[in-house]
Amino acid sequence: MSDIPLPKSSVTRVSQRGAEKGLPWWLLPWLASAVVLLALPFIFRSDTYLTVMSLMGIAIVFALSYNMMLGQTGMLSFGHAVYYGLGAYFVVHTMNWAIATRAPIPLPLMPLVGGFAGLAFAIIFGWLSTKRSGTTFSMISLGLAELVGSSSLILRTFFGGEEGVTTNRTKLLRLTDWTFGSQFQMYYLIAGWCLISAIAMYALTRTPFGRMCNAVRENPERAQFVGYNPQVVRYIAFCLSGFFAGVAGALAGINFELANANLFGASQSGTVLLATFIGGIGTFVGPVLGAVLVSYLQVMLSDITEVWQLYFGLMFIAVVMFAPGGLAGLVLMHVPLLRAGVLGRVVPSYLLALIPTAMLLVGVVMLIEMTVQLAVKQSEGPVMKLFGVAFNANLPGPWLVMLMLLAGAFVLFRLISPRMGTAWDNARSAAAERGMVV
Amino acid sequence: MLELVLISTLNGVLYGLLLFLMASGLTLIFSMMGVLNFAHASFYMLGAFVGYQISKWAGFWPGLILAPLIVGAAGMLVERFGLRNVHKNGHVAELLFTFGLAFVMEELVQIVWGKAPVDYRVPALLDFPAFTLFTTNYPAYKLFMLAISLAIFVGLFAMLTRTRIGLIVQAALTHPNMVAHLGHNVPLIFMSVFGVGAGLAAIAGVIAGPALVTQSTMAALLGPILFVVVVVGGLGSLSGALVASLLIGLLQTFAISSNASMADLFAFSGFSPQPNTIMNDLWRVSVAQIAPILPYLLLVLMLMFRPTGLMGNRES
Amino acid sequence: MSDAPALEIRNLKKSFGPAEIIRGVNLAVPKGERHAVIGPNGAGKSTLFNLISGLLVPTSGDVLLNGEKISGRPAYEINRRGLSRSFQVTNIFPRMSVFENVRCGVLWSAKQKYAFWRGVEAAPGVNERTEKVLEEIGLVERRNVLAGVLTYAEQRALEIGVTIAGGADVILLDEPTAGMSRHETDVAVGLIRRISEGRTLMIVEHDMGVVFGLADRISVLVYGEIIATGPPAEIRASAKVKEAYLGEEAHA
Ligand SMILES: Nc1ncnc2c1ncn2[C@@H]1O[C@H](COP(=O)(O)OP(=O)(O)OP(=O)(O)O)[C@@H](O)[C@H]1O
Ligand SMILES: [Mg+2]
Repeated sequence: MSDIPLPKSSVTRVSQRGAEKGLPWWLLPWLASAVVLLALPFIFRSDTYLTVMSLMGIAIVFALSYNMMLGQTGMLSFGHAVYYGLGAYFVVHTMNWAIATRAPIPLPLMPLVGGFAGLAFAIIFGWLSTKRSGTTFSMISLGLAELVGSSSLILRTFFGGEEGVTTNRTKLLRLTDWTFGSQFQMYYLIAGWCLISAIAMYALTRTPFGRMCNAVRENPERAQFVGYNPQVVRYIAFCLSGFFAGVAGALAGINFELANANLFGASQSGTVLLATFIGGIGTFVGPVLGAVLVSYLQVMLSDITEVWQLYFGLMFIAVVMFAPGGLAGLVLMHVPLLRAGVLGRVVPSYLLALIPTAMLLVGVVMLIEMTVQLAVKQSEGPVMKLFGVAFNANLPGPWLVMLMLLAGAFVLFRLISPRMGTAWDNARSAAAERGMVV
Repeated sequence: MLELVLISTLNGVLYGLLLFLMASGLTLIFSMMGVLNFAHASFYMLGAFVGYQISKWAGFWPGLILAPLIVGAAGMLVERFGLRNVHKNGHVAELLFTFGLAFVMEELVQIVWGKAPVDYRVPALLDFPAFTLFTTNYPAYKLFMLAISLAIFVGLFAMLTRTRIGLIVQAALTHPNMVAHLGHNVPLIFMSVFGVGAGLAAIAGVIAGPALVTQSTMAALLGPILFVVVVVGGLGSLSGALVASLLIGLLQTFAISSNASMADLFAFSGFSPQPNTIMNDLWRVSVAQIAPILPYLLLVLMLMFRPTGLMGNRES
Repeated sequence: MSDAPALEIRNLKKSFGPAEIIRGVNLAVPKGERHAVIGPNGAGKSTLFNLISGLLVPTSGDVLLNGEKISGRPAYEINRRGLSRSFQVTNIFPRMSVFENVRCGVLWSAKQKYAFWRGVEAAPGVNERTEKVLEEIGLVERRNVLAGVLTYAEQRALEIGVTIAGGADVILLDEPTAGMSRHETDVAVGLIRRISEGRTLMIVEHDMGVVFGLADRISVLVYGEIIATGPPAEIRASAKVKEAYLGEEAHA
């Protein structure tokens, strides 16, 4: 194991700095993460898992970079994939150049190329878009993404047209006997960069600049009256975020040995927004959760159902409507209860709520899948299999079952929700009594 | 040459007015509710598909009337049971909600009508060339589109300047915080505004559907251009939206009809860049090929020189 | 330079559309003075503060800080030159802790600028200064509470804390005690007295007890014009002021 270069050394370096500054407490989670990252491939050995975990690592970096803007600084971008995609293109071109000229650049350093490409374009586009804030900023980010997307059709030499540009990651200068040809070795490259980037982005939140990002998110007007120009704060956040998006994109480019227009398309920008928000934008770990979950679902759901994107969209809307803090927010809500030792008081009502939740989920899935069967998969006939049960979607029976499930879920929710509310309030006030809620 | 100019102008104005049908709704919703409706172009798409479906059952004309009403009603439901519930979480949550909605609507349309374009036909009544300009036959349907767009534009204008509701809307445009103080039934106003906006977009969809391609990607293609229109025109300014719509409509239409490239323009110089370089790509690209980029270039220029847009005075 | 007044306002005017709200204000506040601005509701007191602090750009006229023209400059630049203000409607960072709120006020003056390459905890003097301000405003115990969930009086104290955290020489407070109980007001006045020691203070206040107890000089603003400026006794005695302003109070 000693020949795995990146993760270990990076951890110790950062930790030493942390210790000097007297912050050993924030070392522990990172050490633990490093251990987990190191150990994962020995627990999940199959190639499928390695592939999925690699995708997760890339998605984590991307989502964290996105949250530097959305969660930390309050900037909602619809075009973040621009910096991701350009990072991938620049790394792939640089790798091809390095292979052709035998330039002595080892693969593990290549993600930096993507990072600087992302940074460079963020400096240009950020200068334009951070002139405006709020909703206008969001619209502009979308326009700029379209601009870059359409340019790729014109600058075919650079963007390689429909096929994109390919490369070979094993042909670069080797420092060890690792070629990074296998997914196993690739995983460690990604994991290493994931950890470094995460630490760096976390550290950023704990700098004067990071604090002012929050201040600008909360109240840009007031930030001016403590001496800060919100526009500059946004601009810097935009640039740094572009850097890490570029790193993520470079990792993707190296991982797939390919850069194509999909990488900076609207759906890529949408996915990172979905993942970040589902995970929770209010905390640092939220986007990590979201990236892991969404990457997993992307792979798994797309195997099970053709309309997995619809499920994604619905999940996203559900989170926006009912859990704006995301998954991390839901967990965080319960921390005070746990600390006060009253978590047990809400558990029964949650268990009770599981019944209508399951009914609702099954009902919605039935509704969607039966419609799909009749509309999209007409050629396959009306007989389908769902949850291991085969039935004919053309008969009224299954639709009746579906309707009953949905109606039942609705009625049950109605019955249970007051109970849940009371249980929650009780637990809250009990926790407050014990000084755990402020 | 004159022929090209005349035809392109007609087409450009037509495209611009279609854009305005949508941009006006978007602006109204934004100004009054503070919501940037990401799903606005999705209602346009929905309008086209519902219109298509009705045209299959009952012909084009019932679709023209019913589809906007149905989509408008759908818009009201979305406002009542969706947006209104996320309102308390702020504008970002509202924007995210409409973003998710756009995502879901595209998927749903794909499930119901498939990914391929549907065969939305021009009604037989209008399927003839209206007049011939030099050598070009100008289809009657396009004239009809022009007439409808103009009629709605005039109607909207009259409503805004002549009616009580119009005055309220205008007041809200300039003083967004005032709506709440008007003492009217604010939730009802919001729901209606959202419904009307969706309905207007649907009209654009119904009349554009037969002339353009009715496909599940049409929302994603048009949505970003709508945002450009609104930003270039100036946020919250209806007249700005009109000017920007026409500007972009004309710009794109003229660009599409021109095959000139730098290589043509400077052919006399004998200069020719190395093949397979970026320079060569730029040298040989035709104006028609960059037409899709033009709105976004316009956006960039506007941001550089006039960040508040043509007629806007609001910051965000 | 050094004998220039801390704040000088020359023929300042501001119109919103056709309505002229500030109609030619002239005022000089010498260094170290506690200067109160009083006047009926809607007189333009907050607007005057907004013009001085850079939130609004004057239609015409100048504002000079220590003899240098600041009108027309952006708000953050004016703040960096040593003028800090509070707001009539509490204007803080709601989803950040009390400690973070105050620290945001400290950072620029501690020369941290936009530093993203060093930790905020290690920045010399920043946390110490923050602690001191927290003590000053009496919110030490509430340091980890989100600012948005503080009580009203606590939020007002925090508003002052954020304003003074940067150690500005010229401080503008817009109705700092509005909506406070008698006791809370007394506490706030003590606080204001302490923080304005050795600084220049401009304060808008409706509570006459506070004004007359605190101010060295008072200006009366009515319909965008200063109708009188002078020491408390003179203002109290002025018939013009009584008619225009204090009289109103007496009726109310
Ligand atoms: N941005 C603005 N646009 C238009 N009018 C404004 C604006 N800001 C303030 N005004 C008007 O200027 C006048 C003065 O307002 P200002 O807030 O300065 O009064 P004030 O003296 O602070 O009153 P109060 O004692 O109630 O705080 C008011 O009539 C107000 O309506
Ligand atoms: Mg005031």
